[in-house]
Amino acid sequence: MNRINKKLQEDHKLLSIYFTAGYPETDDTVSIIQELERNGIDFIEIGLPFSDPLADGPTIQESSTKALKSGMTTNKLFEQLSGIRQSVKIPLIIMGYFNPILQYGVEKFCKKCGETGIDGLIIPDLPVDVYNEEYRSIFEENGIQNIFLITPQTSEERIRFIDSVSDGFIYMVSTASVTGSTSGFSPETRKYFQRISEMKLQNPQVVGFGISDEETFNQATEFSKGAIIGSAFIKHLNHNGKNKISDFVKTIRPV
Amino acid sequence: MSYQANEKGYYGDFGGAFIPEMLYPNVEELRSQYLDIMKEESFQKEFKALLRDYVGRPTPLYYAERFSKKYGTKIYLKREDLCHTGAHKVNNTVGQILMAKRLGKDRIIAETGAGQHGVATATVCALMGIECIVYMGEIDIERQAPNVARMKMLGATVVPAKSGSRTLKDATNEAIRDWINNPLDTHYIIGSVVGPHPYPDMVARFQAIISEEIKIQLKEKENRENPDYVVACVGGGSNAAGAYFHYLDNPDVGIIAVEAAGKGIQSGESAATSALGKEGIIHGSKTLLMQTDDGQITEPYSISAGLDYPGVGPMHANLFRSGRGEFISITDKAAMDAGLELAKLEGIIPAIETSHALAIFEDRKFKKDDIVVINLSGRGDKDLSTYIDYFGL
Repeated sequence: MNRINKKLQEDHKLLSIYFTAGYPETDDTVSIIQELERNGIDFIEIGLPFSDPLADGPTIQESSTKALKSGMTTNKLFEQLSGIRQSVKIPLIIMGYFNPILQYGVEKFCKKCGETGIDGLIIPDLPVDVYNEEYRSIFEENGIQNIFLITPQTSEERIRFIDSVSDGFIYMVSTASVTGSTSGFSPETRKYFQRISEMKLQNPQVVGFGISDEETFNQATEFSKGAIIGSAFIKHLNHNGKNKISDFVKTIRPV
Repeated sequence: MSYQANEKGYYGDFGGAFIPEMLYPNVEELRSQYLDIMKEESFQKEFKALLRDYVGRPTPLYYAERFSKKYGTKIYLKREDLCHTGAHKVNNTVGQILMAKRLGKDRIIAETGAGQHGVATATVCALMGIECIVYMGEIDIERQAPNVARMKMLGATVVPAKSGSRTLKDATNEAIRDWINNPLDTHYIIGSVVGPHPYPDMVARFQAIISEEIKIQLKEKENRENPDYVVACVGGGSNAAGAYFHYLDNPDVGIIAVEAAGKGIQSGESAATSALGKEGIIHGSKTLLMQTDDGQITEPYSISAGLDYPGVGPMHANLFRSGRGEFISITDKAAMDAGLELAKLEGIIPAIETSHALAIFEDRKFKKDDIVVINLSGRGDKDLSTYIDYFGL
């Protein structure tokens, strides 16, 4: 069984962290991954920086812009990650926009991910229908799981379709928003978590967007398998660099 | 083979809807209804009435005698510069505000570069009494103060886009983010034939009034509906899409698209997407766009703020790749000279965008009895300070 599905079977709520590759410093990528694993993070999303990240708020866009300015590229990311599986055991997912992947070559990208030990991809602007018709076989041949997003506005029919195409988990966007833009979940949002949970989908759900502390983590995982934190961690990196990651993790999951 | 969009919004290899799931309900709501709404008799009636009584259509098709004589061919100018607000942009915003009303939306967002589309959007929102928010790059706000003031006077809120390069592409990103954050009550009026399906097709259909009128007017003047060539400048490409629309599938009509070469195609400061772009995804559409080898979108340059978009509408990408369209790029200098020349020869001061289309005659020669229609997409009032600085007027 692959690393993502194995992790999803563990008997606790999963905490995942997103960070932008090459940020705060170009060569921080690997040490941040190692430090996150050491602090008990269950899986990691590595952001492939893009000049025009439509679904992200200012925090993540600024980290991408800075990473690109200091010379981060797709090739450099794969160089940094080569050999990562000698030290890191938890699932690793690359989250990136479609254009840089398209320019690298979708097949070449998936192959490289497979060789490197990347388990899955999240590509927000590759719609599930296009993936299903044009790219699914490439992903499957290389053992790469593609993770799809759903939102409070996604219809039940479409959620069922996404569930049928998915293998791994479904990324449940908490509110209709870009990343990093909410504080606390409304009763409507918690009802949405419950509604999705009651659909009994074949893939577990992991909640993202709007999670920044222990309280929002607990709310997000009340009805789901886990939660992903992005902007709040990037903000921590802004202030502390790659130091004190354990302090940040403790604010979410106290020892 | 047709050069129109197919039902999935593809023009050949280009188009589609590469959007995050957060946008899917908004875009799908529009996609599933736009054609039916546009077909409604009441919609067409209201749209045509506003184009006539408010925009001032039909715009004249004017035989430019002295300009023609200078270049030894028959040149007609389609006078979109005479539209209310000074450019063709308002054809689309009138159509989309009626669309928004029928979709039950009570909040409008738009992006703008030079401010022309922002003004055209603020105008129709004032007309309908609907809230209007215009995203504009922080740098463009500094460069285009008169248009910012116009939008404010029309009651719109102008929000500076402070991310990335702080210009048109970033304003578009910010507008898309707003739409993600406000999925229920908001309609996004995109200003060009760009973005995810159905926008390129919908905007082209609203601008198609341009070629619909050219056919009728040319018949009156020359007893033929079809010119030998139709010429338009292309940034995103909405005025061009409208001027070509009814001629796309007619091989008797040559299509000429004019892009901004800026300081020269190889200068590193250019906006000639067909020459410099590669296939990729920008703002939800697969098209040609200027980007690094790594797939990062680059910042284009042109003296004309309306042409410095790093992509091009998927219709035009297909016209280029298929060979159906002839693509010419014109430098800042050639465009500025052509703008001044038209002013002197015909008493018409064109927008600098349009001046690019007027500049092709120095190098591209036509036969004496060829009929060439140029879409005079906008007037030059907004560009006076650039003309003044450039020529030391």
